[in-house]
Amino acid sequence: MTAVKEIKDVVTILFAGDSGDGIQLTGGQFTDTAALLGNDISTFPNFPAEIRAPIGTVAGVSGFQLNFGSIEIFTPGDQCDVLVVMNAAALKVNLKNLKKGGVIIANSTGFDKRNLRLAKMDEEYTLQNDTRLEGYKVHEVDVTKLTRETLENSGLGTKAVDRSKNMFVLGFLYWMYDRPLDITIKFIEGKFKGKQDLIDTNIMVLKAGFHYGETCEAFPTQIVVKAADIEKGVYRNVIGNEAAALALISAARKANLQLFYGTYPITPASDILHTLSRHKNYGVKTYQAEDEIAAICSAMGASYGGALGVTASSGPGIALKGEAIGLAVSLELPLVIVNVQRGGPSTGLPTKTEQSDLLQAMYGRNGEAPVPIIAAQSPTDCFDAAYEACRIAVEHVTPVFFLSDGYIANGSEPWKVLKGEDLPKITAKFAAPRKEEDEAFMPFSRDEKLSRPWAIPGTKGLAHRIGGIEKENLTGNISYDPDNHELMTKLRQAKVDKIADYIPEQKLDNGKEGDKVLVLSWGSTYGVVKTAVKELREEGQSIAHAHVRYMNPLPKNLGALLSKFDKVLMPEMNNGQFVRIIRDKFLIPAIPYNKVQGLPFFTQELKEKMTEVLNAK
Amino acid sequence: MAEETIIKNSGVKLAAKDYATDQDVRWCPGCGDYSILKQVQSVFAELQLDRDETVFISGIGCSSRFPYYMNTYGMHSIHGRAPAFASGLRSINPDLNVWVITGDGDSLSIGGNHFIHMLRRNFNLNVLLFNNQIYGLTKGQYSPTSEKGKITKSTPIGSLDHPFNPLALSLGADATFIARSMDRDPKHMRAILLRAEQHKGTSLVEIYQNCNIFNDGAFFTFTEKETKGDTVLFVEQGKPLIFGANSDKGIKLDGFKPVIVDLKDTSANDLWIHDENDRVKASILTRFFDDPSKDGALPRPFGIFYVEKRDNYEDALIAQLNKSIEVKGTGDLDALLRGSNTWEIK
Repeated sequence: MTAVKEIKDVVTILFAGDSGDGIQLTGGQFTDTAALLGNDISTFPNFPAEIRAPIGTVAGVSGFQLNFGSIEIFTPGDQCDVLVVMNAAALKVNLKNLKKGGVIIANSTGFDKRNLRLAKMDEEYTLQNDTRLEGYKVHEVDVTKLTRETLENSGLGTKAVDRSKNMFVLGFLYWMYDRPLDITIKFIEGKFKGKQDLIDTNIMVLKAGFHYGETCEAFPTQIVVKAADIEKGVYRNVIGNEAAALALISAARKANLQLFYGTYPITPASDILHTLSRHKNYGVKTYQAEDEIAAICSAMGASYGGALGVTASSGPGIALKGEAIGLAVSLELPLVIVNVQRGGPSTGLPTKTEQSDLLQAMYGRNGEAPVPIIAAQSPTDCFDAAYEACRIAVEHVTPVFFLSDGYIANGSEPWKVLKGEDLPKITAKFAAPRKEEDEAFMPFSRDEKLSRPWAIPGTKGLAHRIGGIEKENLTGNISYDPDNHELMTKLRQAKVDKIADYIPEQKLDNGKEGDKVLVLSWGSTYGVVKTAVKELREEGQSIAHAHVRYMNPLPKNLGALLSKFDKVLMPEMNNGQFVRIIRDKFLIPAIPYNKVQGLPFFTQELKEKMTEVLNAK
Repeated sequence: MAEETIIKNSGVKLAAKDYATDQDVRWCPGCGDYSILKQVQSVFAELQLDRDETVFISGIGCSSRFPYYMNTYGMHSIHGRAPAFASGLRSINPDLNVWVITGDGDSLSIGGNHFIHMLRRNFNLNVLLFNNQIYGLTKGQYSPTSEKGKITKSTPIGSLDHPFNPLALSLGADATFIARSMDRDPKHMRAILLRAEQHKGTSLVEIYQNCNIFNDGAFFTFTEKETKGDTVLFVEQGKPLIFGANSDKGIKLDGFKPVIVDLKDTSANDLWIHDENDRVKASILTRFFDDPSKDGALPRPFGIFYVEKRDNYEDALIAQLNKSIEVKGTGDLDALLRGSNTWEIK
């Protein structure tokens, strides 16, 4: 039977099932294939905190949303067109995420009495009798049974057989979306290298799924999503945390410094450690410390010794590092502090996303302790932003916060491959050795950037003492002098403010000065705000968009830019943090719009809010 | 050696005073810390250690002011965390001679976690633990080494905590060098410091130090002439455990139980012979921790309890890195950025 082919610009698929069902792997494979076919893509993995939550339960549902298209894509999509559910719990959790009239592909075995019981649903439930599903296209496929039949004679045990059922689903979707199997076949061969039986069986099941689509008459249509019109060049796929790790290695290499990464495992930052620890041949020293405090202090010890010291964590860990960050401000040493934000307070929502640590980064220390802050806007931008954080830390001899969050840290995007030579220069300047007859060394003298010399132990003639007690200007000796303390406080602030001379001015991402409303965003909301503003502008609305990357110090022209708009709307995934800074700094009635659900904004809800602000008097 | 070390210090032979800074020392007059500072400077002069290659790192507390008085590199960090700073520094520059200065509150209370992890990892560091059994800088609260029932500002009717035994704790954390000395015996301290400096690994030296303001005389039983003879046992490698004002008492092992014997009745040949490489004996020795006022109390040992050769963390870190380069080749930046899976949009 030859299927009819239907062409679509953009499709959103949500894979959902038990966290043990291989959902993330299935999504990842579909993503790689889509990327290699030239689609633009954006992904959003959404998984439970528990590694193996009780099978079949609502708590154990893992999801992977993928948005791919032949047009430019900036978000993983609001609601999905296709919802793939491996069990009843997955449907229960995710039905609300499916567009009205969308397609449900359900694994029938996942709706047996046992699974219904585990999902706390009526044991008599059937998909056919569920009135809520009226209007949806529901396809029941007995994935478990079909997989077992495919591998009947494989000699594998039931458990091993069932583990490959995600390949059946993947094969079936490859047929549905007219995709080739070879990329995943290559992946399987690599993953199970040396285990020929697993290679054979996984490929068999993948193909069985594909052929099932071909022969099953329930699906007469294949959907085709053509390659997007993307800038020419060589591309790879990258996850946000991976991009951040690559930036750290690259920055250290360009600055000709050792990279020392002191950290303590925490979700969702640990993947940076995992990536770095695989690259020891790049001279990367990773150090899994005994706790968060030791993690940052070891990184500072390394910076003190002349390395690029980096520490990373998420909110709770950053809280523990607070005192040491204050010392880094006082010692004026280069240090990059990565915060991959998650829902808070306290343990909060470890696997969910939030932008609620901005004020912690700004103010979360005792005393006057300003720290520059840079926030990433997308998975690929984790590279640029982290690289920039390293540049500022090294060239301005200061601790710097790099803010990411769970959404972009785990999300992925195609990334145009960079060359080392294309990366901006980073100049690390150590204080030069000194002879006996030279003038006395002044560890707290300052250059044109107001930075003090980075004088590393082992340098002849520079032996000096530093510490957390207030230092006398220039000499660095202990000083309790009142005027000196005020001077040093102001110098440390001026040094951070001075960075504004070395960063780009704020630009509009879309729209023009004089538009009625400016949407001012920061961090991971970039893609969805961009999409919403773009769509409204296409509808003729007078709305502009600016996205801030340099959170502290702010770009010098930001205040002037904001004054060109009647209204400034600030969507944030928190209870209103950046909006406080903007109101405080520029005394304007910026309008907050907040979502604190551990989830990114949807384009639709943003458009509704923007429209409301556009229409308000 | 002399010639080589003279070149190290910019061609000048340094005296102990050359290791002092121009800063006024601000410990209370009569503080035991002065004696320790003096011995450290003297050991530095004896070994002609390079000022520019040395770093003193401390936490917070009276003892932690130490780096300000040493004319080397120094960092006065935050409370309890000096080992963590030292770990990072040694990891990226194993040529530096790094000393950690800490106190009983700094290392055993707020910094307890870092203290034990430093010891098990065995970074090549010299750690001087100034134990005065009190919080001095905060003006006199009991510390984790204060005896139970201690009357202080924060415990007006007596402390409830059972005290730490710092050397037993250190051995439990698999330290590779543990020793005890006292502020009032400069000669002994000097000998111990010399050995500590020579040990490759974390050398932990606990120093009984008198706080004459808030805990005056805490160790006088061990440090003063009148009582010292009967309460202190100086251990020396290969020598029998003998003590007493007239060196008339010894320690014998009855199975695993140490027993005090009178040398009139027992030959020195039958006594416990100190072996600093014997972990089991060292662990018994660390348990010589009796209240000296009690009848039949075992004497308090001073000297080097235990020494072990074990890999340093930083050496292993560098070896692993080099191995990785050997196997995979020096990382290429372009290859890193390209990754393993690319596609081309034409």
